[in-house]
Amino acid sequence: MHSLSNRRGWGFWLQLGFTLLVCALLTVPMAMSMLAGLTANYFVGLKSGLTLRWVEEVLRVYSGTILLSLQIAVACLACTLVLGVPAAYALARRPGRIARLVEELLMMPVAIPGLATALALIVTYGSVGDLRSSWLFILIGHVLFTLPFMVRAVLAVMGSIDLTTLEEGAASLGAGFLRRFATVVLPNCRSGILAGSLMVLTLSVGEFNLTWLLHTPLTKTLPVGLADSYASLRIEIGSAYTLVFFLMIVPSLILMQGLSRRGRPSV
Amino acid sequence: MSACVQDAPLPHRPAARPPVRPGWVGEPLRLAALLAPAAAVFAAFFLLPLVRLILIGAGGAEGWSAYLTTLADPGHLDSLISTLALSAGVTLVTLAVSTVAGLFLVRNRFPGHALLVALLTFPLAFPGVVIGFMVIMLAGRQGLIGTVTQALGAGKLVFAYSMAGLFLGYVYFSIPRVILTVMAAAEKLDPRLEEAARSLGASSWRVVADVILPALKPALISAGALCFATSMGAFGTAFTLATRINVLPMTIYTEFTLQANIAAAAALSVLLGLITWAALAVARSVAGTSVAAAG
Repeated sequence: MHSLSNRRGWGFWLQLGFTLLVCALLTVPMAMSMLAGLTANYFVGLKSGLTLRWVEEVLRVYSGTILLSLQIAVACLACTLVLGVPAAYALARRPGRIARLVEELLMMPVAIPGLATALALIVTYGSVGDLRSSWLFILIGHVLFTLPFMVRAVLAVMGSIDLTTLEEGAASLGAGFLRRFATVVLPNCRSGILAGSLMVLTLSVGEFNLTWLLHTPLTKTLPVGLADSYASLRIEIGSAYTLVFFLMIVPSLILMQGLSRRGRPSV
Repeated sequence: MSACVQDAPLPHRPAARPPVRPGWVGEPLRLAALLAPAAAVFAAFFLLPLVRLILIGAGGAEGWSAYLTTLADPGHLDSLISTLALSAGVTLVTLAVSTVAGLFLVRNRFPGHALLVALLTFPLAFPGVVIGFMVIMLAGRQGLIGTVTQALGAGKLVFAYSMAGLFLGYVYFSIPRVILTVMAAAEKLDPRLEEAARSLGASSWRVVADVILPALKPALISAGALCFATSMGAFGTAFTLATRINVLPMTIYTEFTLQANIAAAAALSVLLGLITWAALAVARSVAGTSVAAAG
């Protein structure tokens, strides 16, 4: 308590002011755009009145993009959990040159621009069956791009706990591998899995770099629709669309943050 | 819910247990099997297509030397240099801002703390196109900054549709992610180290400079590398702000869609990928050794 009251000097207020300023930089344009999406005429301003007609129009025209983005995000999360958590475990249990190399390789879709990955996918699989026109084509891109975030998040937590000792303890009590994995490894990595899931969901819903080249007129995701609306429609519709996007991700972010906070003391 | 080792049901313990670890003989095989699904997906949908792309880059009339001659094109070289400078600047500014804010948020608790963290990490999910729209809201023709400077009599300041707007957009984009990384790393710090430093008479600034920042270094390096790589490769923001901004992803996109020059687009994206991947690899090896040194 002594050190806490110590910190509330000018340093505390200076840092608080700075942090609030950063927060304002991030949130003020969000608030402005949300307001613009609810304003009857943005160029006239608020005195033109508030309306939901832009939001209704967005929901009418773009509901397909919203549903497709949700579908892809959930499928992407499932894929990265199934592929990423076991992979992270394998890498954590055998740290060494090979593990580093594998990790390095898995990181490549983040290091390599989404444009390049999308180009590579198109030249290789663009003419395979109906894949090019399927939403699965976009899913493949999203899984490649988000998998490293899941692996890294889980790996970070696995690296910070003594997995070997925990597992040896469980094994000495007779727990087989599956049981150890389910009751010792997974619970102890909970915070990493949650952090990874948060990243995967949010990155997938918002992914544009890959998706812009991978999408077709029938597989438009939300960010693709956003780009369309920014380029061609009035600013109120673009803003209302952005507002819908904000509303979609706020609940998941709050939920995830609440979960990670609750999980923190026990880790 | 917290099924830790202690919660595991304890059977009657045999008096003397043989020092055999059951099932651990086949461990390498099991680890390989756990890694296999991810490796298979990765090989089929990333490595193989990447090889194709590299071959296509060399598939033009000039063969492999196409990778060098693309850079001899002054437009391409220009765009490469400005993208590198932009990304380096974005990374430095983002790291500085996020470290101050992230450390502050981990080391202090106050009313509204959770809300502030939530707001600061909220733009994490924004696609580049939305970031571009936010920059237009701030610095565009109808933007807040222009309105304020005009009210102050300094004329309307509009910089959204330029490299400065892109800079602002990428900093905006990167702050949430780097703050999260800093906070996660700072929370894992051993508070006893700080207590020890304090009990030895170190001031707050000395504690930050000598204990906390060195401990955060690996996290900062890896967050910075990620920030650099995303700034190099992202194009949604530039796409929204103006297609004229001369950054490499826009050049690649133009070559691919407007010029239908797939070989040049492939060569440029392979070069761009090499640069960002090398940056990440170097940063990660630095981070790796300091982790080992700290451990």
